[in-house]
Amino acid sequence: MASDTELTPTSYIDHHLTYLTAQVGEGSFWVLHVDTLVTSVILGVISLGFIWLIVRKATSGVPSKSQAFVELAVEFIDNEVKNTFHGNRHVFVAPTALTIFVWVLMMNAMDILPIDIMAWILEHAFGLHNWKIVPTTDVNTTFALALSIWFLMLFFNVKVKGWGGWMHELFCTPFGKSPLLWILNLLFNFIEYVSKPLSHSLRLFGNIYAGEIIFLLLGMWAATGVSGTIFGSILGAGWAIFHILIVTLQAFIFMMLTVVYISMAHESH
Amino acid sequence: MNINFTLISQAIAFSVFIWFTVKYVWPPLLRAIEERQKTIADGLAAGERGRHELELASQRSSDVLKEAKQRASEIILQAEKRATEVVEEAKRTAKEEGDRIIAGAKADIEHEMFSAKEALRQHVAQLAVAGAAKILRREVDAKAHADMLASIEEDLR
Repeated sequence: MASDTELTPTSYIDHHLTYLTAQVGEGSFWVLHVDTLVTSVILGVISLGFIWLIVRKATSGVPSKSQAFVELAVEFIDNEVKNTFHGNRHVFVAPTALTIFVWVLMMNAMDILPIDIMAWILEHAFGLHNWKIVPTTDVNTTFALALSIWFLMLFFNVKVKGWGGWMHELFCTPFGKSPLLWILNLLFNFIEYVSKPLSHSLRLFGNIYAGEIIFLLLGMWAATGVSGTIFGSILGAGWAIFHILIVTLQAFIFMMLTVVYISMAHESH
Repeated sequence: MNINFTLISQAIAFSVFIWFTVKYVWPPLLRAIEERQKTIADGLAAGERGRHELELASQRSSDVLKEAKQRASEIILQAEKRATEVVEEAKRTAKEEGDRIIAGAKADIEHEMFSAKEALRQHVAQLAVAGAAKILRREVDAKAHADMLASIEEDLR
């Protein structure tokens, strides 16, 4: 916004979609999106830290209001996990689901903050010209989460079923045990294993990214004149309200898919 | 939309957050919730037990009340019976006493009558003797006729 170049729609959108990067090594891969990493870590520390502070003083008696709030969230997630996962969920799955839900929800919720005001504050208070405040609009974040869960899925497959059991499942399901079907089964499973992390991560990324783009377009419209400002504001408010739903829903879907994938890894067919 | 080192850094952050939640966030809260659930379950069970006990107690109290009523009516019945007995006995005693008094009075009357008759007889005998003595003043010697006088007196008796 406060760039030296003339402000055009292209430069406006470009500005909002540019990461603050740091080169950590040779080559195009060794680039770090500092804004994504720092924002997400801060959000994770704040949200999980808040929960931790309350949980540390958790009483089994009459809970305080904040404890009741945390318990509400935890029991909601615990219930969802209980319906899907049929093992000892308290060891790993349920806390993981809580982490994902809270963290992704916080990262998504950054989308609701007014994008240009945040950019102005970051620029003038912190001197940061390019800073994307929504970590989930960075495909690296969603892929990082989805791939971590994908590896967890593989890990639990091997841990629960053993190498033999897993191989049996790869070759003999879903069509049947006949050796003629082995290749078909393997191909089918291969597609499934590839599509899982892709759909998992791109669903979250696409929804939040599209939401942000619409905010940007409405922001551009608001710059075209009085009527544009009025309509842009009204629609922007409407979109933000609608976004409360999307933000929560996407966080919930991401969490549920995680639980489902890990549950499927635990269950033999 | 370029995949880069951010992915790895985010994955590391993610695993750290999961580790933190698994280790420090979930267990204490779960413990608190489970403890509360146990407390609530215990409370409910205690309430149920109390209700049951109350039911038993009210049953017992009504039993006791019923028994007490029965006892009371029995006692009243006995008392009434006893009262009539007492009254009967009193009547009998009174009658006996009355009879005895009447008998005593009759005996007294008889005795009085007897002594009055005796006195009268003696008096009459004396009068008769006196009359006779007057009539037979000369002919009768008191000593000589003492036997006769005594027999007359004996007859009048």
